[in-house]
Amino acid sequence: MRGYIALRPSLLSGEVRCERLVGDALDAARRNRDLNAFLEVYEDAVERAARVDAKIAEGTAGPLAGMIVALKDNLLMRGRKCTCASRILEGFESLYDATAVARLLAADAIVIGRTNMDEFAMGSSGEHSAFGPVLNPRDRRRVPGGSSSGAAAAVAAGIVHAALGSDTGGSVRQPAAFTGIVGVKPGYGRISRYGLVAFASSLDQIGTLTTTVADAALLLDVISGPDPFDATTDPEPATRVTDDLERPLGAVRVGLPREFIEERLDESVHEALERAKDALRTIGTSIQVVSLPHLRYTIPVYTVVAMAEASSNLARYDGVRYGLRRTAATHTELYERTRNEGFGPEVKRRILVGTYVLSAGYVDAYYRKAQQVRALIAREFTDAFRTVDILLGPTTPSPAFFRGERLHDPLTMYLSDVFTASANLAGVPAMHLPVMDDLEGLPIGVQLFAPMRGEGLMFRVASALERTLRQSGR
Amino acid sequence: MNDSNGYEAVIGLEVHIQLTTRTKAFCGCSTRFGDAPNTNTCPVCLGYPGALPVANREMISMAIALGLATGCTIHHRSVFVRKHYFYPDLPKGYQISQYEDPICTDGTVDIELDDGTRKPVRIRRIHIEEDAGKSLHDIATETLIDLNRCGVPLLEIVTEPDLRTPAEAHAFLVLLRKIVTYLEICDGNMEEGSLRCDANVSVRPAGSREMRTKTEIKNLNSFRNVERALGYEIHRHAELLRQGESPESETLLWDAVRNLTVPLRGKEESPDYRYFPEPDLPPVVLDDAWIERVRAALPELPLARRDRFIANYGLSRYDADILTAEKPLADFFEHTVAGLKRRLPEDFKTACNWVTGDFTRMLRERKRPITDPPLSPAALAELLDMLIEGTISGKMAKQILEEAADTGVHPREIVGRSGAAQLTDEGFLSTLIDSVLRENEPSVRKYLGGRENVFGFFVGQVMKATQGRANPELVNRILREKLDERKKCHE
Ligand SMILES: [Zn+2]
Repeated sequence: MRGYIALRPSLLSGEVRCERLVGDALDAARRNRDLNAFLEVYEDAVERAARVDAKIAEGTAGPLAGMIVALKDNLLMRGRKCTCASRILEGFESLYDATAVARLLAADAIVIGRTNMDEFAMGSSGEHSAFGPVLNPRDRRRVPGGSSSGAAAAVAAGIVHAALGSDTGGSVRQPAAFTGIVGVKPGYGRISRYGLVAFASSLDQIGTLTTTVADAALLLDVISGPDPFDATTDPEPATRVTDDLERPLGAVRVGLPREFIEERLDESVHEALERAKDALRTIGTSIQVVSLPHLRYTIPVYTVVAMAEASSNLARYDGVRYGLRRTAATHTELYERTRNEGFGPEVKRRILVGTYVLSAGYVDAYYRKAQQVRALIAREFTDAFRTVDILLGPTTPSPAFFRGERLHDPLTMYLSDVFTASANLAGVPAMHLPVMDDLEGLPIGVQLFAPMRGEGLMFRVASALERTLRQSGR
Repeated sequence: MNDSNGYEAVIGLEVHIQLTTRTKAFCGCSTRFGDAPNTNTCPVCLGYPGALPVANREMISMAIALGLATGCTIHHRSVFVRKHYFYPDLPKGYQISQYEDPICTDGTVDIELDDGTRKPVRIRRIHIEEDAGKSLHDIATETLIDLNRCGVPLLEIVTEPDLRTPAEAHAFLVLLRKIVTYLEICDGNMEEGSLRCDANVSVRPAGSREMRTKTEIKNLNSFRNVERALGYEIHRHAELLRQGESPESETLLWDAVRNLTVPLRGKEESPDYRYFPEPDLPPVVLDDAWIERVRAALPELPLARRDRFIANYGLSRYDADILTAEKPLADFFEHTVAGLKRRLPEDFKTACNWVTGDFTRMLRERKRPITDPPLSPAALAELLDMLIEGTISGKMAKQILEEAADTGVHPREIVGRSGAAQLTDEGFLSTLIDSVLRENEPSVRKYLGGRENVFGFFVGQVMKATQGRANPELVNRILREKLDERKKCHE
């Protein structure tokens, strides 16, 4: 698919019908079944497509009419199953729509299924699913990244126009990088988390996966904004990013954190970064090296905070009210059996670590210390944004790796988030943008960071960069 | 307890009060008590995936009100935390509470002891938390869970260990209950669990300042049990100390049937709640305007009102205590008094007697709460006016009260309709008394002969002739005048 916006004129003119788009998408999902991107495909989406076609004919269709969308399986949609790719949510059906999903549907997007993921969004390769690994459509021997693995694969394989994922430490941007698409993690509080199954509440943010920057902007504008059901949403109405997307940039100062370049990077990642810098200069932005010294503690801080919150958020899966339940003589035994059978090894590892870092006697050394360093990282971002408007960096240390390569090496796996997790710790918006393919044909790109509420400028820079790179690529 | 054997108790209380907000602490579910199990629930209070809490502002205002009423510092920023433990009636696996940064700290209330002396009790903190559901274990093979109560807001009030006797602990609870019911933030019903108390107690040699090992007593579901359990525990500690031993630091349950405390759990199992700030809720930030709005709406507090009743209405401390024990009763009294035509201290006393006596009895017999009486304060005032001005007798007033309560007809109307008004026409009564004396000449002679106890007989005859409607004072006066006159002639 070329992207939704490119298609929109022919959709609105009636030349292309939603029913046909959905039919094609369902066919594509079937043809790509080996990707294991979907946990469930909604065949009845065709009926919804017919209704949207009718609205288009009447001229009452919403801004996303006919956009074919997939949802990561941790986003709730009323009456649909939701498992977070975990056995523990076996048979669970949602009672309500997530706020972002409700807004998507109100704008007449068409959801055609829920996508595979690392269990409870814990993983960076798509291999930690109770329902099997997801393949990378760009090279099926490789991982698509994670945890929004199926969502990225479905967009990259051209099955859907867009997908909603969630990004806790890079779970939207890293798979976007590995599959060569655009992945956006908005600032914390821009999109309601109501109906997003929590992994680490202070870091989680719903994000978009699309093939173009413009599609991401359109989608973001629909789902952003305050929500009375999520007390952590920004109470100010979100400024639209779509309207100014094409506006000339003017003098934009771009900063490149020294700490990012000093990390071990693959040659091709370096090259992508250089190309992005060249393109940015072409656009007329200035580039300078900045320093955020505490960025080097990103992974340990992220690991402690995310796992602490995860151990708490996952306490509710006890077999008492919904999902998997293993009966037993006592309630303690019921918890033990249910949770032991319901959670996969990576989830258990994180619950154990999280429980440990919050325990009496350790909470000061781990959780509190991590929160202190987190505050320093956030302050360094604020300080950096006094001298530059946008930060630039790599998204991942390498292109997509082979399946199985890091499965038994959790520490190396955690390092996949080294460039992405700082945005979650600081709460700032960040996005991944594809730049080039390496010699093996694997996509590589860069990441942009903006200050809180700075999505507008971030999108304008991304859009200009995308245009310039496309021109130079031809 | 400064008991004769030279020991002194050190007691601190932790009281949970269930707030009377319309909706739960962090969701829109009703807090109504007694509905069908699990009907007042939603994804938030059921701990469903993806659901998020949003703090109830009414709950926060109630916490501010209690903080102000107990002289606490109200913090402009307080923080919700998660307190973790696994239990089937705790859906999220954690309770949202407050820990290091509670909304109120450092207050004081004055308790009043039986001898009228006052003693300050310091409040260490007041914090907000949510209630858990209810587990019903009385089914042989299964545990049933009702989550209607889950997420209902609570305030936890923690005192400093300033209490020294079970009686002081009792006095504190009585006062706290009065304060929260006056503030209308809790119904104060200890038996139904809207007010729950845990007590910490240790015992040391009298006069010593050291802190000995303390035990915690839970399950104190009535004021009487608090007093009894503390008495038992203080005695137990003192006995151990006397034998050169020391009590174990442990949590105990009060067994109200056997009247003793039993250990709940050993110290090796002391739970680790793994507190950390609730990431789904921003800190509670209060501006001065919010606090001032709550302050402006605070009602007069029980002790102040009691003292005002003594000063303004000339009531005894005993009467004022009874009237102000419950805010609705005090309100009813004041509304009644406001409707009286004559406003002398003796009239206020009459109103007090009626409100706490016959009126309360009438409510009890009809099982009506004072907040929904069958007779308004204005109607009661109307009845008392007639009593005070002598239109009706006390006995009639009681009958009219019953009739007004049953029919809803105004007391004056009842009196007018039944002709029940007292006979106060002096001419009529004078004529009537003349005929009574004429008809009972032998008795008159006895009276004149010095048998003055016959006087009552004449009064009875007059009352009989008027079916009890004659104004007794008037009858007495006229009768005495007439008999005195005859006496002079006789002499
Ligand atoms: Zn609820």
